[in-house]
Amino acid sequence: MEQLQYETAVKRLEEIVAALEKGGVTLDEAVKLFEEGAKLAAFCNKALKDAELKITQLSAAEDSGNDE
Amino acid sequence: MNLPVITVSQLNIYIKKMFDSDLSFASVILSGEISNLSPHYRSGHLYFSLKDDSSAIKAVMFAREASRLRFQPENGMKVLAVGRVSVFERDGVYQLYVRELQPDGAGALAVAFEQLKKRLGEKGLFDPAHKKPIPAFPKRIGVITSPNGAALQDVLNIIRRRYPLCEVIVAGVTVQGNAAAGEIADAIEEFNRRNLADVLIVGRGGGSAEDLWCFNDESLAYTIYESRIPVISAVGHETDFTISDFVADLRAPTPSAAAELATPDIYELTYRASSLENALFAAYKNILAEKRASFDVLSARRSFADAAGFFEADRHKLELLAAALRQQTETALRKEKDRAAEAGRKLGSLTEACIAAQKLRFTKDVTALKKLNPLDVLLRGYAAVEKDGKVLGGADDVAAGDTVKVLLGDGTLTCDVTQVTKGKRNGTTAI
Repeated sequence: MEQLQYETAVKRLEEIVAALEKGGVTLDEAVKLFEEGAKLAAFCNKALKDAELKITQLSAAEDSGNDE
Repeated sequence: MNLPVITVSQLNIYIKKMFDSDLSFASVILSGEISNLSPHYRSGHLYFSLKDDSSAIKAVMFAREASRLRFQPENGMKVLAVGRVSVFERDGVYQLYVRELQPDGAGALAVAFEQLKKRLGEKGLFDPAHKKPIPAFPKRIGVITSPNGAALQDVLNIIRRRYPLCEVIVAGVTVQGNAAAGEIADAIEEFNRRNLADVLIVGRGGGSAEDLWCFNDESLAYTIYESRIPVISAVGHETDFTISDFVADLRAPTPSAAAELATPDIYELTYRASSLENALFAAYKNILAEKRASFDVLSARRSFADAAGFFEADRHKLELLAAALRQQTETALRKEKDRAAEAGRKLGSLTEACIAAQKLRFTKDVTALKKLNPLDVLLRGYAAVEKDGKVLGGADDVAAGDTVKVLLGDGTLTCDVTQVTKGKRNGTTAI
């Protein structure tokens, strides 16, 4: 579950940084974006530090419903 | 003519009996070149001739034996044929009934490999344009290999070290023998059907060419070719090449190398995350600085407008805005400040240490200097003699009748010299 979120988090963080770098946001938006970004960065760092490889057998693997 | 009349059949049967009774025809190994090859597609029998520079012999290989061939006999191919020589009565020909056929020179496997490679290559299975890119950040990696082999452990160890964020789905299969190619192909199909992985690693550790043979299976080659999920082939060692390697989207020299090719390095990811974090702080700081600058412009304009009539509501709004700005700027800058303070502290303690060292050296210098100070000597009970404001260097500097000043530690005596005696006295040098 966490590994699914990691990529999402990094992508969102990239978007936020891009938006802030581009400018043209209101102060309110900037504050909100910054707070969200800081949380995402902390999450990513923690995810990388705590990650543990998950190993599943094919017979026991769950189908990836809406992955694509 | 007393000879009996016999039929053709009788003659041929007789000749056949003669051939068959000669044990040296029962088993021969014949070296020659295949020509006039005509496979009988329905029965599976192979009919051909074996020839050398000057002679030829007909040969037949029945379907039972021919089906076990791993390579395809071709016209012009040099072969060793094992079989018996006998007669085909119907046509009245003697021929070689082939039990085994081997390419002369290169091994049968090598020839079979080259033939399959050529055939699949012509059908476009190795086309670089068909090869799919390997995803940079796979969420799930399918590993198709022996569940007991060292290759699996190698792959898992490397993925665990490089990219523990992903999930590995292991399909344990046989990786040698007759069933292997089918099991591997089934696993690839299952991964595709159930959409279970972003990339597949298919392979096994090292072994003999015979052991690795299942990866040269034609139908497995097509399964790999048709896989929607990119396939990394990792069979044996660096020097082993199989058909799977050529069809796969990426060939890895070993299973360990495949694991590395399939995963990003977590250190790169960590670097990426911290770069993003830095960029986030920098961009935010810029925005705050910008907002503050435009606020300054705004407030300047407002004070000008004040003269024309300033609305209390506007002033209130402005104050709120200013307060918010101050607070946000402070929050953003606090981190920087802390960092600067920390650096300052470090610098401070460094400076203090430096000053202390200088102080110590200075104290030492002063002590040394003090020892050289003549007044210090006088304080210990010695005296200096001065004439006309100059300290006397020796007895030559003074004559009888001169007036000299004797300097003591705490005062001065004015003396008249009555006599000058040269030379040492009492072993001490006269001042």
